[in-house]
This record gives sequence, structure tokens and C-alpha cells, in this order.
Amino acid sequence: MRYAETGFQLEVDLSKGSIDKVETDPRDTALYLGGNGMNAKLLFERVPPGTDPWSPDNLLIFGNGLLNGTCVPGANRVSVNTIAPVNGLMGHSLMGGFFGAEMKMAGYDRIVIRGEAPDLVYLAIHNDKVEIRDARHLRGKGMVDTQRLIQEELNDKRAWVAAIGPAGEHRVIMASIDCGNSSAARTPGPVMGAKKLKAIAIRGTKDVNLAHPAELWEICSRLRKELDENPNVGDWMATDEDDSFHHNNFSWGNARVRRKNFWSEPLEERWRNLKYDHMDRWTGCWNCPKACHNLIQWPNRRRFSYKCYGKDTYHMASFQELDFTFEILPVAMDLGFDSYSTPQVIAFALELLEAGILTEKDFPGMPCDVRQRFYYLLQKIAFREGIGDVLAHGVSGAAAIIGNGAEKFDHNTVKKFEQLPIKLGKLNPAYFLMIATGEDMAITQIEGSFPQDPITDPELKEEFIRKWIAVPDKKFAEWFRQWVKRDQLPDDAMVEIVDWNEAMHYLDDSLGLCGFVSSFRGQFGGTTGYHVWNMPQIITHATGWDFDKDRLWECFQRNRNLIRALNNRLGLRRFMERPPEDHWAVRNEEYEQQLLTKYYDFKGWTFDGIPTKETLEKLNLGYVAEDLIKRGILTGNEVTALKDARAKKEKE
Amino acid sequence: MDNTGKKTRIVKEIKVDTKRCVGCRACEIACSAFHAIPKYSSVNTARSRIMIVMDEMRDIFVPIRAGDYAQAECNGRNRYVIDGKEYDECTFCPASCPSRDAFKEPDSGLPLKCDMCESVPPLEKPMCVDACTFGALTYEEREEARAEEEKPGDMEIVFESLVKKHGKKKVMDTFTRLSKS
Repeated sequence: MRYAETGFQLEVDLSKGSIDKVETDPRDTALYLGGNGMNAKLLFERVPPGTDPWSPDNLLIFGNGLLNGTCVPGANRVSVNTIAPVNGLMGHSLMGGFFGAEMKMAGYDRIVIRGEAPDLVYLAIHNDKVEIRDARHLRGKGMVDTQRLIQEELNDKRAWVAAIGPAGEHRVIMASIDCGNSSAARTPGPVMGAKKLKAIAIRGTKDVNLAHPAELWEICSRLRKELDENPNVGDWMATDEDDSFHHNNFSWGNARVRRKNFWSEPLEERWRNLKYDHMDRWTGCWNCPKACHNLIQWPNRRRFSYKCYGKDTYHMASFQELDFTFEILPVAMDLGFDSYSTPQVIAFALELLEAGILTEKDFPGMPCDVRQRFYYLLQKIAFREGIGDVLAHGVSGAAAIIGNGAEKFDHNTVKKFEQLPIKLGKLNPAYFLMIATGEDMAITQIEGSFPQDPITDPELKEEFIRKWIAVPDKKFAEWFRQWVKRDQLPDDAMVEIVDWNEAMHYLDDSLGLCGFVSSFRGQFGGTTGYHVWNMPQIITHATGWDFDKDRLWECFQRNRNLIRALNNRLGLRRFMERPPEDHWAVRNEEYEQQLLTKYYDFKGWTFDGIPTKETLEKLNLGYVAEDLIKRGILTGNEVTALKDARAKKEKE
Repeated sequence: MDNTGKKTRIVKEIKVDTKRCVGCRACEIACSAFHAIPKYSSVNTARSRIMIVMDEMRDIFVPIRAGDYAQAECNGRNRYVIDGKEYDECTFCPASCPSRDAFKEPDSGLPLKCDMCESVPPLEKPMCVDACTFGALTYEEREEARAEEEKPGDMEIVFESLVKKHGKKKVMDTFTRLSKS
């Protein structure tokens, strides 16, 4: 018997109309865990470089974290991976909620979609009964109606439906996949549209088995209560109405304007009322004692739920107030838009209009009022009409098409991907490395274990360190102790801090743990729910394999290097690893490049940012090294970055 | 025995506050794990004896526990409006019945029923209540006086069921005939 995992994946080819339930090799799970790790392995093995991401040969994989569907609290995230059309690299998105657990109970660890249906279809899964069904009648339908209609058709209100809206159907780069209160927002939506897959409905009634029942239950019940009582985990934005942090520090519009004194007490009071006068309740995800979603009923709108920074993006892009977000969010979400990147794309378009690069002719019939303009552009983009057809490519893609100086307005992307609108003064070395080299496309998916700022009060600092059990090694506590100024720690420390931050996200994403109870929350208060000391124990009791910290850490390194190698094969190189040029006002190119070299070296990568043969072989990734050598990406004789002649030259 | 001399019994109750439910389904998970054999060896919410009827678009989050088995679908398709929200009758119904697939053992189709987590030694509170960190489920025990109940004897039970099946007259006739022979 397989424990924690089901041991099967569902492979669907929409071109052929074939459906296969395939048994997987448990040795792979032991090496890659699940989620993004297993997905990356499938992408590496099955999607050769040069494959057009829009083509039927690309894969769209919904991969359960290893612990999803078990009693481990906060384990519910599905890693949705594909080769992303926006930049040709591996796309990575995480979806919480209930889809993953239901998939496990239906008997599958992941769903692998290949091919392209002749016309719009949806996939209906009930345990071993899997059907590809006609979805032409759902064309153009929003998220809410699609989910409801499919549940009615299947006569199963307990089926979970992950769907795309019109934006996904029209292959809009900013399209998301939604399921209940959760969404996979970054990159897989348009690929689902390209495959003409409107939705996946899933229902399962099978057991998810656990290896050491009593031990695991004891740990999980204790953890559930600890997470419940711990104010440092969960999403503070769900309950704390003081949101001065984002509004005073992040940039408004097309990531342009900082309004340092925007927040005030009267505003907070007004917004608090705005929220609670229209809020029904908080809602949560599968088996999590934190409820991070706010369920809102706004006049003349359908109910919707949002979480985290999704509360701010629309009104900050349009220089409005919270009421505008509450008004537009249900419409935008129903159309199937990601609320992170979409407002930036619209703000970018309006900026181009102001600058004369786009003209009134490009926006026929557009109202004058900025709020109405946002609605106008949402519709144009979702259905790819007129300028919407161009903007559907995202900021970078649209800038390249428009030309005529539009490229200069594409100032907040990394690897063609819209970033959080943060514009700061002095370079922060750890953040430079995370933003430059992260393969998860957004800083929130990379940062999180080491605090963002030092603690100045010596007593508070010592107290923090005393409670800081999450540190994988005492050296992190030492660095924290000596840390005074945000940007000042030895380079070695910066490199290792980034490594630890990454590690926790990679582990979460392969185990299914939500960053809000784990990787993202260590930086605030230090007492996160999951860390390298309790994760191995949990994996051991769930799966029956002996896990310890070292073995766990190796899984992180393996997945990190596999994904890096996959992206190297897709063209990722050193020159692409640059934060937005205006992210910090004061830059130091020479220092940044030296830092990058040190980071690559620590990782066991070449000067170009490719894992060396030795690095890969140490991690059971010999087949990856072989492939890179065969394709001429590695010779096999490379040294790590600092030993490279170019690094020595850099030093001089 | 209470101070009036009447016999008392302990009534166990799980109170539901639907306003506090966030729909995390920890109750369903705990229930299915507790009733797995061996205990906690699996999670399968389809085996749970508690279920959250959930419809986010209507702000409906109602945990219901499995009650008695009902042989037939009921005719009741009423809708109730409470605090401005419309509920189907099924939302509150604890029955395992032919009209829906709730509260049925997925392998056998046999009905499931909440046992308030009967256990030796007894649990402090049912598993679903213990798992609910949001206060949507709370456990209450209270003493209730009860009239002295006469327990039917074995023969009474036998005759009652015979009467139910064949009618009083047929049973009496048969009894008379048999007693004569």
C-alpha cells in the first residue's frame, strides 16, 4: 500500500481523447516528494525544449503536494505547472482550497493534461470514472456560472470545479484558473485555454492512507491548535485593518507613485466599515485553522471572496479607494483575471495613452472616468477586442508589440513577469538575489523565513532568537544577532539566507503546505508552523519512510536544481537575472554581479547560472546532466562560478 | 437520581453556530480519521458522519451530523428563509436517504450515523468538536429528568412486531388456535 500518496496519476490527452490511470514509481516520490518537484520531472522528461508553449505538446499539470488530503493542517496546495507562454520558462502557480484533497480522495496524486481538444470540453472525474465532456455550451461563461452549471449537470454539489473564464478561453496571459475560493493565478490559465479545457470537475470517495496513524494524528492535533493560537501565521490582511504598509510603501498606478503619507486613522476607520458592512464571514481552505479569505457581498454584485494583497491591487492601480476594489473584483474574477498582474496591465495601457504612445483611436468609446475605463479595458482584454488583443499579452508582451517607446513603460517586470510594485532606495543584497534568480516569478513565493528587518532592541532581539526554533542552523541566529542595518551582512550570509528562504518554499510546494502557515510567515515573528525540524517527522509518519532534516534538505536541493536545469534548457541564463532597473534608486552593477557569482557558486552552478555536472550527479540528477551535455548546454567540465576565469576578472 | 427522586440521564448535544463556520472541513476529516480502522489510519470525508453543506455564493455553511436512515425520499422540497438567506430543506436534514449520496459508506452504500464518538475510555468531547477551532461546533452535556420508563420485555417486542406485520386479529386467531392444540 502507498501512504500519503495514492500512487497513481491521471494522464489525459485531449487530442486523442485518451484517459489513462498510471501507477507511479514510489522511488520518485521519495526523491521529489510531489507538487512542483514531480511536475518539474514530468516537464523535463516529456516536453523537449523548442516546444511551443501554446502547442498541444505542452503539458498542464495539477500536482498534489505529498501531504494534501491527509490530516496535516494547512496541507492543501496544488502546484499547477506548465511551460509558460509569457516567457517560455516553467510556469508555477499554487492553488489552495479543496481541489487537491478531492483529487487525492478520487485516487490521484496529479492530473497531467496533454494535447488540445477539437472544441471546448471539460473533464469530469468521479473516482475511477473519468469523462471528457462537451463544454461548448459553457463558452464565454464566467467562473461562477461555469462552476454551478457543471455541478448541476453532474448532479453533484460536492464536486469541486476548477475552471477558466473568458480570459482563459481567449488565452489572455493574465488569466487564472479558479476553484471555489482559490485560484491558480500565474501562468497556467492561458495554457488551459489553449488546450480548450474549460474546467476539471472532481469528486472522490476513496481513502487517503497514512503509515503511522496514531503518531501522525497526535502531531497534527497539536499543530492545529498551535497554528490556531499563533498570531504569526495566517494572513494578517484578513483581520488587521491597518494596511498602511502596502499603501504607504508600494507604488500606485503603473508601479510609479509612492504616497508615503497616504494612510490615516480616519481612512482606516472608513475602510474598516466599508469591509465589515459588506462582509459575510471569513472562509478557509481544507483542514486549515486559519481563515484567510474574506467573503464580501457588494451591492449589485455577486458574492466573492478575496485574500491578501488582492484587496489593494485594483484601487492602487487606479488611484481610487477600497470601494473600487470591492466593486470591480467580483467582475474581474468572474471573467477569470488574476488580480495581481491585470491591474498593472491596465494602468500601463492608460499611461501609454497619457504619454501619446497609444491614442484615443486605440480606445474607441472609452469613458472618461478612470473606474469606467478599468471596466472597459477588462472587457476588451477578456474578449480580445481592439487594443485588448494586444494587452492580453501582459505588460512585456504588449510593450514589444506596441513599440514606439512603449518598452520604457515596461519597467516592473522580471523575466517578462509583472512584479509587486515596490520601488525603494538602497539595494538590499538578499532581495536582489531573490528577485533576480527566483524561479517562482514573484517575491512572495521566494522570501519568507529570515526576517525582512533587524531588531534593534537587544533584549527583544535575544527573545526573538530564543524562540526561533525554525532556524536550520545556528549560524542564522548568529547573523541575526550581528545584523543592524538592513542591507549590511556579509555576502556569504546573504547568500545562505536566500538559500534558506528558497528551501522552505520549495519544500512547501512539494509537500502541499500553504506558505501562510510555513515558508512565507517565518519572517514575521519567527514562530512559523512548519520548519525543517518538524517536517521530516511529519513526512515519516505520513509516508512510512525515514526522513530527517538532511534528507529533506536534499529534496529541496534536488527540486531546486531540477527546475533550474529545466529552465536552463528553455534558455534561462545569467543575463536574464535582473530585478527591475528602478527597483532600487541606488544601484551598483559591479557589486550585484559579484554577488550573483557568489550565489551561483554556493549553489554549485556555473558562472552562467547552470548547475554543474557534479552538482546534478550528487542529487541523483545524473539523467539531467546527461541531457544538458547532449544538448550542448554543459560540456561536463564546468567549474562552479567563483572558480571561473570570468569571476576572477570580475574581482580585479 | 435528582432531588425530586426522578431518574436522570445525560443528554449529549453538539450545538452548531453556522455564523462561525469557515468551511475548512476539519470536522469531516477528524470524523473520518477517528472511525477508520485502525483508528486515524486514513482520511476520507465521504466516510464522515458530519458534513458541511457549503455554498459560498449564497453564504451557506451548515455543518450537519448524520442521523437516522430514511428508506424513502421525502416529499418535502421546502425552502426556508432565515436571516434573509434561502436554504433548501436538505441543508438541515441529517438523514441518510435515497435522494442524495450523503452519509453513506462509500464502499457498501450502507447508512452512516453519528455516534457522538463512542469510545472506551470516553472522549472528553466528540472529535468534530475538538477539531473545530472556530467555535462553530460546541459540545454540551446536561442532565435531564426523565419519567420512569418501562422497558418492554422480549415477548412484548415479538408480539408487537407480529401485530405490526399481520394485524391484531390474525395474531390473536393464530394464538387461540395454537393454544388449543
